[in-house]
Amino acid sequence: MNRLWYEFSKGIFKENPIFFIVLGLCPALAVSISVNNAVGMGLAATFVLVCSNAIISAMRNFIPDKIRIPCFIVVIAAFVTIVEMVMKAYAPALDRALGVYVPLIVVNCIILGRAEAFASKNPVLFSFADGLGMGLGFTFALLIISTIRETLGSGKFAGLSISNTFEPALVLSLAPGALLILGLIIGGIRWIKSLR
Amino acid sequence: MDKIFAIIISNLIINNYILFKFMGLCPFLGVSKETKPALSMGLAVTFVLLLSGLMTWFIYSYVLLPFHIEYMRTVVFILVIAASVQFIEMVILKTSPVLYKALGIYLPLITTNCIVLGVAVLNTDDFFKAGRPIAGSFGFSMLQALFAGLGFIFVLLLMSGIRERLELADIPEALEGLPIAFIIASIMSLAFMGFVGLKI
Amino acid sequence: MADKLFVSSSPHISKSESIRSVMWTVNIALLPAGIIGFYIFGIHSLWLTLVSIIFAVGTEGAIQKLRNKKVTISDGSAFMTGLLLAYNLPPNCPLWIGAIGSIFAIAIVKQAFGGLGRNIFNPALAARAFLMSAWPHHMTTFTKPFVYDAVTQATPLSLLKEGKANSIVDMGLSYWDLFIGNRGGSLGEVCVLALVLGGLYLLYKKIISWHTPVSFILTVGIFAWAFGSKDGFFKGDFLFHTLSGGLILGAIYMATDYVTSPITDKGKVIFGICCGLLTGVIRLWGGYPEGVCYSILIMNSAVPLIDRFVKVRKYGSVKVSG
Repeated sequence: MNRLWYEFSKGIFKENPIFFIVLGLCPALAVSISVNNAVGMGLAATFVLVCSNAIISAMRNFIPDKIRIPCFIVVIAAFVTIVEMVMKAYAPALDRALGVYVPLIVVNCIILGRAEAFASKNPVLFSFADGLGMGLGFTFALLIISTIRETLGSGKFAGLSISNTFEPALVLSLAPGALLILGLIIGGIRWIKSLR
Repeated sequence: MDKIFAIIISNLIINNYILFKFMGLCPFLGVSKETKPALSMGLAVTFVLLLSGLMTWFIYSYVLLPFHIEYMRTVVFILVIAASVQFIEMVILKTSPVLYKALGIYLPLITTNCIVLGVAVLNTDDFFKAGRPIAGSFGFSMLQALFAGLGFIFVLLLMSGIRERLELADIPEALEGLPIAFIIASIMSLAFMGFVGLKI
Repeated sequence: MADKLFVSSSPHISKSESIRSVMWTVNIALLPAGIIGFYIFGIHSLWLTLVSIIFAVGTEGAIQKLRNKKVTISDGSAFMTGLLLAYNLPPNCPLWIGAIGSIFAIAIVKQAFGGLGRNIFNPALAARAFLMSAWPHHMTTFTKPFVYDAVTQATPLSLLKEGKANSIVDMGLSYWDLFIGNRGGSLGEVCVLALVLGGLYLLYKKIISWHTPVSFILTVGIFAWAFGSKDGFFKGDFLFHTLSGGLILGAIYMATDYVTSPITDKGKVIFGICCGLLTGVIRLWGGYPEGVCYSILIMNSAVPLIDRFVKVRKYGSVKVSG
């Protein structure tokens, strides 16, 4: 039980995929303009990660080693396709907002990375926990980045206007701002770590 | 003619895949420390872009659309890309084992490079309407693939020059490596934004 | 013996005194343009400049203290960044923009890269590009010269870009107006006369070389002459384009910054020509009316590659430039 909790919780802070392992950057920067999109992407990716981890773990003794990467990719792609179709049907606005980044969940390094590093070597229950933890950690990181970008960049949070006291710095809603914020956050986390 | 110019400028500069679409960041950060591997990686990615761009266009036009299985796009495209990368790997291994060694793990990682799948998907979004290819669709798709690759090489080269120079600098410890790379990319992105709205 | 083999990249200035004297000489050369700018645009521009300088120097001091390094604010480089940033701002823009810009310029573009001599990008220009992206409204509101009540007026280049005027005659200006600064624009860019005098002083003192400014300015002029007229090729206005916008300010004072420009003379000419081409393309065909800032920044990123591939001719004998 302890181990289950450990496998789950490590993905949220200690081994947070974006801030520490630094993977899955493409969507992190692209969709973090608004909190709504960021959380939507995070949950979609979490769904794919959990399902693919579970299936790959269940099949881990049957997948031949030489072709394991293409096999993982097929499994992941299948779940991404499911997510794409569900999103188009039930959340078309989100689908339009996320655009090309939804199919790109397939090549999100986090998912393939966890499949290779964990799910292919561990039992289903733990892989499920690992996937859930990493996915939620990813979502959490996206939430932080998008909160900063949306509040400072457009004066809103989750689409609601929050403040009249300052003029938003539009650049944060744009590409340069995203790269800057991410660089400063990672640098900031490292600095805090070095103070301990 | 306008459209051709727009595709070139967009993919090369204004919507540059690394600086504005954020695709291809992993290799960008991993291979951009030195100029030679950066150039080799850029050329390999461009080649994969062209090869997989070609194949995905045909498969989409003549298999997925006619049979109304567009939703299989993601699965099929990624498999095509994985196959293209395997092919390129073999070619490089045969022609230049030194290069093969230099690129190391980053070569198979081209499969997960967002740019390759991204361009394949964007081609189908941009150059197909209501289930049919628009006029010149194939040409535009290949043009987009080519300039996405060139834009990738361009930024990768600039970045490698900069990072080589920064080897000797006294960067604050917390910022060394990735954070400063992001900051460099952010300023480059600011600079490239100067070309917004370019029209001849 | 080992410490006689000092391996480093440019700039190879080793004595702190010579850095200080170079920086302050440039600052002095820059002052006339600013003083005339204050006279043309009013007292607010003076406060803006002071705020920029104070925040630039303050940020550098604070960061150096935080990192337990030697505090070098008296070397004049932070002062220069603050000054140049203010020169690139609309004269009546809010003071907090100058403050934030200076903090960005020093903390992120200069100190994060390792401080003096290590930055890749020109801090004042990177800050200007940042501010332009962040608060475009403030950064594009310019005022009429000699009307101290801050009446807005578009700059010559933006009139051209918006198609509201096709030539200098349409704008009601003369070349002399452009030369002495009787036009809208950024605080430090309008008085070409003062800038050129300062530039000649720096040439005389061998602090800058003619290669970059001349190739930059000529390229822009020739490009605009060749492609800039709606009536056909080679009918464009050479003088108008060389005298307007931030070209003179950028070519003389920012494209020549040691740290962010090429070491060799050949490299400098390549740098100048490329900056000129990019500026011309943006001015004539891009969305922004002025491209000097962006072209210099883009070329800054190419400088490491230029330095690498434009080799010095004889190994061991480096031409002392500037």
